[in-house]
Amino acid sequence: MASRKLDLRYFPGFRPLTFLCLFLLYAPLIIVMVYSFNDSISITKWGGLSLRWYHEVFFGPEAPKFQTAAFNSLTIALIAATLATAIATSAATAMIRAGNFKGRSFGFVLINLPIMVPEIVTAVATLIFFSAIGFTTGYLTIVIAHTVFCIPFAYLPIAARMQSIDNTYEQAALDLYATKFAAFKLVLLPLMAPGIFSGFLLAFIISLDDFIITNFVKGAGIETLPTAIFGSVKRGIQPNIMAISTLLLVVSVVFVTLSYLVGRTGEKSK
Amino acid sequence: MVSDQHVNDVAIDIRSVSKLFGDFVALDNVSVGILDNEFFTLLGPSGCGKTTLLRTIAGFEDVSSGEIVLYGENIAGLPPNQRPVNTVFQQYALFPHMNVTQNVKFGLLRQGVDEATATRRVNEVLDLVQLTPFATRLPSQMSGGQQQRVALARALAPNPKVLLLDEPLSALDLKLRQAVRLELQQLQSDTGITFVFVTHDQEEALTMSDRIAVINNGQLQQVGSAEEIYEAPKNKFVANFIGETNLIDVNVTSVSDGKASCSLPGGMAFSCSAADGAITGDGHLSIRPERVTLVSPAKGILRGTVTRQIYLGTDMHVDVQLEDKGLVKVRVQNSSSMRIPPVGDEVGLNLEADAARLLVD
Repeated sequence: MASRKLDLRYFPGFRPLTFLCLFLLYAPLIIVMVYSFNDSISITKWGGLSLRWYHEVFFGPEAPKFQTAAFNSLTIALIAATLATAIATSAATAMIRAGNFKGRSFGFVLINLPIMVPEIVTAVATLIFFSAIGFTTGYLTIVIAHTVFCIPFAYLPIAARMQSIDNTYEQAALDLYATKFAAFKLVLLPLMAPGIFSGFLLAFIISLDDFIITNFVKGAGIETLPTAIFGSVKRGIQPNIMAISTLLLVVSVVFVTLSYLVGRTGEKSK
Repeated sequence: MVSDQHVNDVAIDIRSVSKLFGDFVALDNVSVGILDNEFFTLLGPSGCGKTTLLRTIAGFEDVSSGEIVLYGENIAGLPPNQRPVNTVFQQYALFPHMNVTQNVKFGLLRQGVDEATATRRVNEVLDLVQLTPFATRLPSQMSGGQQQRVALARALAPNPKVLLLDEPLSALDLKLRQAVRLELQQLQSDTGITFVFVTHDQEEALTMSDRIAVINNGQLQQVGSAEEIYEAPKNKFVANFIGETNLIDVNVTSVSDGKASCSLPGGMAFSCSAADGAITGDGHLSIRPERVTLVSPAKGILRGTVTRQIYLGTDMHVDVQLEDKGLVKVRVQNSSSMRIPPVGDEVGLNLEADAARLLVD
């Protein structure tokens, strides 16, 4: 065993530093969540426990606006994540199962670069591109933009899963008279399913939560949940915003957890 | 009977097959005919090319040159799914998301066999490998030995012309391995399908095979029955790889008609059989340790000193350091009538002339 002195726990100041980081990361979220249950109209004074702001979200004067925005967000996320997952699955198959073809590492960089590029740059570039070709439909531009930036997020869990599947399964399928397509459909695809589902969930949540790119390409007259929240906040922070934010946070946490758990299934049994 | 016409027909004729991976020569001009209804083993150390040869027959590797002729048809260019051969993989490669029945049925359905016929055939082969009670189990719910039998059943179900087995016993523990050897042999004679079996385990090869091909460095060293390979190894590699042997430096004075005369270390003349291609000059005489006898120093054709004794239960292993040069391993059966000279004693050695053989280097 390594010497106890090398253990990170024994570094002076390590523990307080950790707690400081965790506090800075999570304190704002916790405050928003707690105050979403505040009975008072004030966003700073505590007035007792209540669900009135959640009621306000669903039945208050702004409810129709948020409902439309939520519907847009969910349908866009569904379409974009589905398309991104299909593209990412094809890309992963090519990258991992097509041997060491020319330009393979370049392809890998190309697929994953969008994660590294600052989102604001992508947002501006996408906006310029769409206006250059005169494409300003709103809903459709959001779907296209989301599909594109979701691909690398869907790709990562799918590729990781595929890499862990030994290619003798496909060889066995070919040996047993399956065509290449049948080997893919009947053997590789079912084995990859957890990775594909995990990638889909991740892409879905990335699309659902996106603000910057959406705000640039959406055009007038259409809102997603994040842009609608931003619009409300500009006119002063209402407690109902905290309730919506809390709901969005819960959905995100559920999806990311699900994505992680599903991605892991079957790995232990090996 | 139909099968009578096939006896001793060539099932797979491997003609001058070479396989290169970049600059690395995995198979170097290999030619061998595997007979119909034969248990044929490809034996060699790891990395010798035996698995590559199997994979070129299955179609997972292309040949760089040469032909693979299956019952008269050159299949070297065909993809694996168009070759009527099936493989039992080293790690079985059972489809983990399908149960035993679905795994075994896979090949039949891909061949276009109708559901009813396929089901009947699945029951037949599951019966053959005694897995009928496990038909609905998933591979992950079965032991290694059972998984291995599923892999066999799956490969046998489509009735392949040749069954390829890639070290299928290596993942099993010793006891099970010995039992499965017999089962495999039985299965081969019951089905009448030609088996091509890859292993690095010489004991496995010797006990199971009708014929063995010894491969090293991508080259075929020798093809023959277990007895031929053990008793009459062709070269140093085969003699060393199959069982234990002594290689004694000799000076060969003449070779003719498969017989050689040579002078042993110490100067005594000796004649023995010679492998094809043996030449005069410096050479190596191979003799198995159990074919060397310990005698008194005056009576032996070789002389030396006992340097080590190892007790092996039924046998005793004795190392004798020759007076001139070299070490000879002797294996003596333990019996009360025989006194084994202790370490440090001078002894003489006799070689059984019909068991000694001059090798090609």
